[in-house]
Amino acid sequence: MSLIRKTAAELGAMIAGGEVTAVEVAEAHLDRMAEVEPKVQAFLHVDRETTLEQARAIDARLKAGEKLGPLAGVPIAHKDIFTTRDMPTTAASKILEGWRPPYDATVTARLREAGLVILGKTNLDEFAMGSSTENSAFHPTRNPWDLTKVPGGSSGGSSAAVAAYEAPLSTGTDTGGSIRQPAAVTGIVGMKPTYGGSSRYGLIAFASSLDTPGPFARNVLDAALLHEAFSGHDPMDSTSIDAPVPSVVEAAKNPDIAGMRIGVVREFGGEGYQPGVLARYHEAVQLLESLGAKVVEVSCPSFTTALPAYYLIAPSECSSNLARFDAMRYGLRVGDDGTRSAEEVMALTRAAGFGPEVKRRIMLGTYALSSGYYDAYYGQAQKVRTVISREFEAAFQQVDVLVSPTTPTTAFSIGERADDPMAMYLADLCTIPSNLAGNAAMSVPCGLADEDGLPVGLQIMAPVLADDRCYRVGAAVEQALESRWGGPLLKEAPSL
Amino acid sequence: MSAITRDEVAHLARLSRLALTDDELDHYATQLDAIIESVAKVAEVAAEDVPPSSHALPLTNVFRADEVSPCLTPEQALSGAPAVEDDRFRVPRILGEEA
Repeated sequence: MSLIRKTAAELGAMIAGGEVTAVEVAEAHLDRMAEVEPKVQAFLHVDRETTLEQARAIDARLKAGEKLGPLAGVPIAHKDIFTTRDMPTTAASKILEGWRPPYDATVTARLREAGLVILGKTNLDEFAMGSSTENSAFHPTRNPWDLTKVPGGSSGGSSAAVAAYEAPLSTGTDTGGSIRQPAAVTGIVGMKPTYGGSSRYGLIAFASSLDTPGPFARNVLDAALLHEAFSGHDPMDSTSIDAPVPSVVEAAKNPDIAGMRIGVVREFGGEGYQPGVLARYHEAVQLLESLGAKVVEVSCPSFTTALPAYYLIAPSECSSNLARFDAMRYGLRVGDDGTRSAEEVMALTRAAGFGPEVKRRIMLGTYALSSGYYDAYYGQAQKVRTVISREFEAAFQQVDVLVSPTTPTTAFSIGERADDPMAMYLADLCTIPSNLAGNAAMSVPCGLADEDGLPVGLQIMAPVLADDRCYRVGAAVEQALESRWGGPLLKEAPSL
Repeated sequence: MSAITRDEVAHLARLSRLALTDDELDHYATQLDAIIESVAKVAEVAAEDVPPSSHALPLTNVFRADEVSPCLTPEQALSGAPAVEDDRFRVPRILGEEA
């Protein structure tokens, strides 16, 4: 089997065992990228020589007898929202085009230390605002299952790269579903860790109380290995949790869910959901029951209000966070002809440098925070956030995990929702509650919808710092379904 | 009745430091109106006695030791600047002509 089809765990073991070098593994992936990138366009930045240099360094360290982690020498693609000191970082925005950060994000730095080799920076919706990666200022990314479809978003470059076998692993960020939704629509595994479980240092901020770095992989164990490699307390992020990382790798290796209590969220499913998504979802729930779990229905009535609350909270935080793009210290500057004031230059730069969705959200947030509207919008949304957290707490008194479809539909067509923000926002309907409450949540593939043959994701939600439960249930679903399918779902994807 | 007027959008654009064209203002006024109408659903949750959450974690006042540690050099800090002069960020005028 060619190197690009191997799992990250297999590649790590082969490299450690001297069966293959990190350079050979990197080259195999770089060759795959050269072959399929013209179609998929998952990356914003690729630099073969920088990648090979990192791989050579790992090979030298291994040859010198150094003991490195289980992912040493394994290639990874980073969402272009994590700063990298040897590659540009743009957040897919014209306002940061060509910017070379002087420092690494904690996620980047920890994965470098663990010996992972960076293949490049992946495409995203500008500043992670979107659900389709169409809001990238540079180009859209295409879904490897069907090149006319979106790969989800905002981390759509990272999901497409892994689904297209360009990278065995990638990083993403999940603010309202930006890891789980792209994972679901490209047939791979995506995990939003507990908020504060992974560091935001060096992650270009969108909505600071929600932004959560997390892993993408083609299987649950690989996701767990990556999760473990970058997680844990970081003094550079004041919202980082000072507690041990949940034992996610162990959970991924022990998919025993007998006796586990699993709650089906009553409010997610029904009208507005694609029949093929619901069919696969209901089968997955039956599967969990057949594996010995005790399935009960749980009601969380305010979850349906999570979407409007999110579209007040996230834009409010974004309007404040993106004020830093002021054309003074880094990034684009437009109209500085010696006659204009700093304020005029700022307004011209921001108008030229931000795309439509970013402008919409900045203005929406500015509105929600204005005096006279604050109580009715931002203040009320914060109260809804409390109510949603309480409903999660009550539900987790009754059950160990909650499940739902990850998304109401499979991947939609490029252009279909591009100029209809409300339709686009619906893609995150089921994923947003976990961002507001900060709990852990995963998407695992659970089959293909009959109507369009596109992947469907099962969402597994666990309490704060019980990330391991997502991995345990995810691994159980994966093991049972793969034995039914005779291999991973991705083997059904058309060759590119 | 619309939730937001075009004049209000123009005001928001000014507050947001976004120099928008007339066409853009028209476009955003329509879209923001639809979005605001939709997010107003948050009012349907009875939450009068509920405290607001700004955050998912019960964290307050996280401190670190007040110690000197390595930081960026001036060259690194200025490496992405649009304009530099004498080891400083060069910016457009921030005071009026008469100042």
